[in-house]
Amino acid sequence: MTPTSNLVVTALGLLNYWVYIFLLCVGLYAVLVKGNYVKRMIGLGIFQSAVFLLYISMDKVDGGTGPIFQGEPVAGQIFSNPLPQVLILTAIVVGIAVTALGLALAIRIKEEYGSIEEADTQRMDREA
Amino acid sequence: MTFLGFFTLAFVAISAVLAVTSRNLFESSVWLGIFSLMMAANFFILDAPDVAITEAAVGAGVSTVLFLGALALTAEHEHVKEKFRWLPVVVMSVLGVVLLVVSFEQPLLGDYTAPVHQHVAPWYLSETPRLIDIPNIVTAILASFRGYDTLGEVIVVFTAGIGVISVLGFRPKSKSTLRGSSLAQRVRGVQHHAVLRVVGKLLIPVLMLFALVVQFHGKYTPGGGFSAGALFAAAVMLYGILEGADKSAKALPQLVMLRLAALGATIYSGVGLVAFFKGGNFLNYSVLVTDPLAGQYLGILLIEFGVGLTVTAVLIMIFNAIANRDSY
Repeated sequence: MTPTSNLVVTALGLLNYWVYIFLLCVGLYAVLVKGNYVKRMIGLGIFQSAVFLLYISMDKVDGGTGPIFQGEPVAGQIFSNPLPQVLILTAIVVGIAVTALGLALAIRIKEEYGSIEEADTQRMDREA
Repeated sequence: MTFLGFFTLAFVAISAVLAVTSRNLFESSVWLGIFSLMMAANFFILDAPDVAITEAAVGAGVSTVLFLGALALTAEHEHVKEKFRWLPVVVMSVLGVVLLVVSFEQPLLGDYTAPVHQHVAPWYLSETPRLIDIPNIVTAILASFRGYDTLGEVIVVFTAGIGVISVLGFRPKSKSTLRGSSLAQRVRGVQHHAVLRVVGKLLIPVLMLFALVVQFHGKYTPGGGFSAGALFAAAVMLYGILEGADKSAKALPQLVMLRLAALGATIYSGVGLVAFFKGGNFLNYSVLVTDPLAGQYLGILLIEFGVGLTVTAVLIMIFNAIANRDSY
């Protein structure tokens, strides 16, 4: 194998990790920098999905298929790893429930302060 | 790494950036929905069909509806332009660089010699046919081997539902106490779009039927209580959007949803307790009936039903609470 093709194989094999790192940074940026509470929930969702991607990328096995038996077991059949899938399957649903709770809090903040910007709510807290 | 995988990953990255940078929150939410849909496609390419169904139903469907509902009650635009601050950017860059350096130590995608494939995963793959005997290994682990964890997750979902109800109140406030009109009344606007209403209504029974297939056929094909619950709730949300959320709240009142959510969690732990009193461990379905495999089958059927019930009820409850709230 030539060095160049070796490099391409490595790059493609690590691409999922790099996308995961990128999404993690984008999500973190939104949570840390953005002052809008709904925008922060969006950032948190992206951050969460980045972790989902990391776990699901782990389960892949070359030449494998989804971990479901079809009819009689076939000799030499390779399945992808079911464990990360179980973790993430439940985490997705818990994630939406937590997002909904965050949005409910944002709605209440809007009703009390008339704004969902952190700068506004903090200013009102100082003045109060 | 296929071309399709490359394409979906690129789309995931682009839509994430657009979701964060767009100053219009409505646009942001729609980009987040597209992000989730592409992520679901990517999960499918990575051989995780169960996760893909759940992400598509929850991320692209339910989550987008909840975000749009919340936006209608808060604000459509980001008003304050944030000042540039060094600390968050430094924290983010350090995290990114550290993870990037570490990534070169990681096994390549699809490498079967990776440590994660050496530990307990082969045991689950080889022993599931003998101990549980259902074709979908993900469902077998989720519902039986790791039944404790799943019970915990169901309780978390239930608690989050209770949390939303405690924050937003059990019944929508009457119009006299708050200005404006309720979201449900404004969403009535869809009723004037004949094409949307007719096509949307056609989708509702199909969605519900698909949810039932995913629920009860989840032992043989991708699916299970979590994805089925999200799909069923999505069907009810579609009804609420087309006909007005006040009607969906009338058809499925909050109190009934709350009780159904509690019932689902009770069914789950009840099955565990029955197993306990029949002489097995908590949530060991093998002792439910004389034949251990039949016991596993029955136990998984019942607890998946409990999971589906709780997830459906909690998501509908959250939708009703947000969509029927008077706007500020």
